[in-house]
Amino acid sequence: MQVQALGIVKRFASGGPAALAGVDLDVRSGELMALLGPSGSGKTTLLRVVAGLEAADEGRILFGDEDATTIPVRRRGVGFVFQHYALFRHMSVADNVAFGLTVRRDRPSRAAIDARVAELLRLVQLQDFAGRRPGQLSGGQRQRVALARALAVDPRVLLLDEPFGALDARVRRDLRRSLREIHDATGQTTIFVTHDQDEALELADRVCILRDGRIEQVGTPDHVHDDPASAFVMAFVGESSSLPVIVSGGTVRFRDAPLPVPAPAWPDGPAALHMRPWDIAFAEEGGLTGTVAMLRRSAGGRRAEVRLDGEGGHLVEVGIPVGAGVARGEAVRLAIRGGRLFPAG
Amino acid sequence: MGAFTFRRPSALPGFGIAFGYTLVYLTLIVLLPLAALVTKAAGIGLQGFLDVLADPRVSAALRTSFGIAFAAAATASLVGLVTAWVLTRYRFPGRRLVDAAIDLPFALPTAVAGIALATLYAPNGWVGRLLAPLGIQVAFTPLGIFVALVFVALPFAVRTVQPLIGEIDRELEEAAATLGASRTRTILTVILPPLVPGVLTGFVLAFARAVGEYGSVIFVAGNLPFVSEIAPLLVVIRLEEYDYTGATAVATAMLLIAFGALLAINLLEAFARRRLGHG
Repeated sequence: MQVQALGIVKRFASGGPAALAGVDLDVRSGELMALLGPSGSGKTTLLRVVAGLEAADEGRILFGDEDATTIPVRRRGVGFVFQHYALFRHMSVADNVAFGLTVRRDRPSRAAIDARVAELLRLVQLQDFAGRRPGQLSGGQRQRVALARALAVDPRVLLLDEPFGALDARVRRDLRRSLREIHDATGQTTIFVTHDQDEALELADRVCILRDGRIEQVGTPDHVHDDPASAFVMAFVGESSSLPVIVSGGTVRFRDAPLPVPAPAWPDGPAALHMRPWDIAFAEEGGLTGTVAMLRRSAGGRRAEVRLDGEGGHLVEVGIPVGAGVARGEAVRLAIRGGRLFPAG
Repeated sequence: MGAFTFRRPSALPGFGIAFGYTLVYLTLIVLLPLAALVTKAAGIGLQGFLDVLADPRVSAALRTSFGIAFAAAATASLVGLVTAWVLTRYRFPGRRLVDAAIDLPFALPTAVAGIALATLYAPNGWVGRLLAPLGIQVAFTPLGIFVALVFVALPFAVRTVQPLIGEIDRELEEAAATLGASRTRTILTVILPPLVPGVLTGFVLAFARAVGEYGSVIFVAGNLPFVSEIAPLLVVIRLEEYDYTGATAVATAMLLIAFGALLAINLLEAFARRRLGHG
């Protein structure tokens, strides 16, 4: 089911700031779309407007060719998964999953419901937990129950609001993989909200990046990471640091030294050069000089934060090659090998 | 399982002094007067006790007291649930005032409440005048007792469920709505079940309060033996007749019935709590 948001505007206080300031989004049928942004960017509000849990002040929501804007949430046919599970804790796991089927007007037979519940519990690998209560399950298991419950009604679109936000790293990884597998198996159009860029890049077919109620960029993970549409996207998706530069006649200069960054058709004047950690390398001679201010180790690799000598005291992030020995406080030389230009400011 | 022991190592000390204080308090304030009551009643022996109970006027009064208290507590629980819901869930002008007014029956001398109710519901009173053409008489009938008992019991029913309603997660209702449940269905299957233990707690308090209520009832009940005479009033009547043993016997009977009823409801509540996954 294709889902479209057209010109969505939402204010929580009339005359107040817009939580959504004119959002257009097209989610293709069968797609797994991530809404990514910092808190307050409007991503959860957009998801809730699609679900019908919030009414937009302006704009329309289309499910396929049908205008769903005024369809109330209980007839909209969406599956919604909440960050804190929102399971009915006085019901067993099986009753939770069956809930959406038992409240239907064309309620299926008991046997049909039982079969569907068993099938869904198998899908989320909880077939042995049917009789338990939510309080007896771990966080990851609870979120699996919530997922099965949302899928039980055969929703037209599956919506997940920070579904892994309350879980620890390992459970989160397992659950991400489960969600991907379930998505591949069911082909369910899915939109999920996250503030975690790794989660969005790893899981989604396409990522929609929001900021202050507006969409900054929509694209595949490779697209938004390698070809960011704005300095905000570059900074939010992946690691980066920036330097103020001057462009003159198609040449980019930092403190009068030309940099190997092409800037054709870029107007002369100040600009901001954003660099990924591997756009900067340690050099034997020449280049910029600085002092290692901080070393960081993450699962992805090692990073050095280097404070450049000279005025401004700019900090840049440099990827440390495997096996290289770098110490905190060490004086180093850096060579800038690439980067992307964005308007200064 | 080892033998039960009072000494349990705990990271948070305080069990000894808290338990000791509880025992002293219970003994001095609660158990001692009750024991004196039972001792006095025991003076007439089991047969004498049963004879007192066999008196039709006594058994009628006990039936009136417990029957109407039960009905009043049930009504107060339902009305209290709705009141607590409105006060917790909606924002309207004067909400704080209404919220404060809920506790007034606690503060008002119950005799004042009884006189006020009797005045209102008397056949020529503001409300009684409207009901009289319909053939309904409230004041000086068992219905009057019922109204008075609902009045004094209501705060308990409201205050016990109010915090629970405040804790209901909005997302539960939203989840039910996305799954296609109607509002009625959501209230019946998602919102109400977790409130059952709290409603039962409120019912127990309301019932206990209503059974023991005296001041307001005697002014509005009419106090006709066999019709609208409550057991506490009968105790006072016996006392005024210097029949101390008879008074304590009726009081002891009330005590036993109330204890049995409260124990049964508390067990039911514990069962509901387990059933509903409150741990």
